[in-house]
Amino acid sequence: MNLPPRAPSMRYADRIHTKLTQALAPVTLIVDDQSAAHAGHGGAAPGGETHFEVTVVSTAFAGKSRVARQRLVYDILKDELAERVHALSLKTLTPEEVAQG
Amino acid sequence: MDKTVEERIRRDITENDVVLYMKGTPVFPQCGFSAAVVQVLSHLGVKFKGIDILVDPALRQGIKEFTNWPTIPQLYVKGEFLGGCDIVRDMYESGELVQLLAEKGIAAQAAA
Repeated sequence: MNLPPRAPSMRYADRIHTKLTQALAPVTLIVDDQSAAHAGHGGAAPGGETHFEVTVVSTAFAGKSRVARQRLVYDILKDELAERVHALSLKTLTPEEVAQG
Repeated sequence: MDKTVEERIRRDITENDVVLYMKGTPVFPQCGFSAAVVQVLSHLGVKFKGIDILVDPALRQGIKEFTNWPTIPQLYVKGEFLGGCDIVRDMYESGELVQLLAEKGIAAQAAA
């Protein structure tokens, strides 16, 4: 007997969204999968989900340097980076910085 | 991390004011993010040493551990990690990069 295929595990975009929401309680969170634009070159893979652009606005970044902010995000997403995500372009801002424009 | 790799990184970032760990070479970058940083540095007329991590698997892994940063490119200025592509681009656009280079005594020309 052939069993139907399993439901695909949660998509990476959703995993990224869920983990960042839980860890940073962001005011704004945009997870943009740009894999299609990178298809066919370094790090791209069939099925996409390799290149993401993420914008996070969170009070968790207050008082932290740019490097410290990105390290925080990389650490939250270390499994995703290790498993599949090849490129993660980040915008990390505090609500105050957004208000200042 | 391999001791020789660590020593090599320390030596490179100590002996050179500006070091870019990248995919490919400054003339032929193999990745858009590395290319973007090369473009910024070139535009500012900053002399830098580009190190191609694609030709050295031990260095490719080693630099990620050394910096505690999972992605390439990585830019070092005067032995200090400045950031990857996003940070370099942000700092360039805000003018902070030119300011920082000036503070560190590294020749650069303000973007026209």
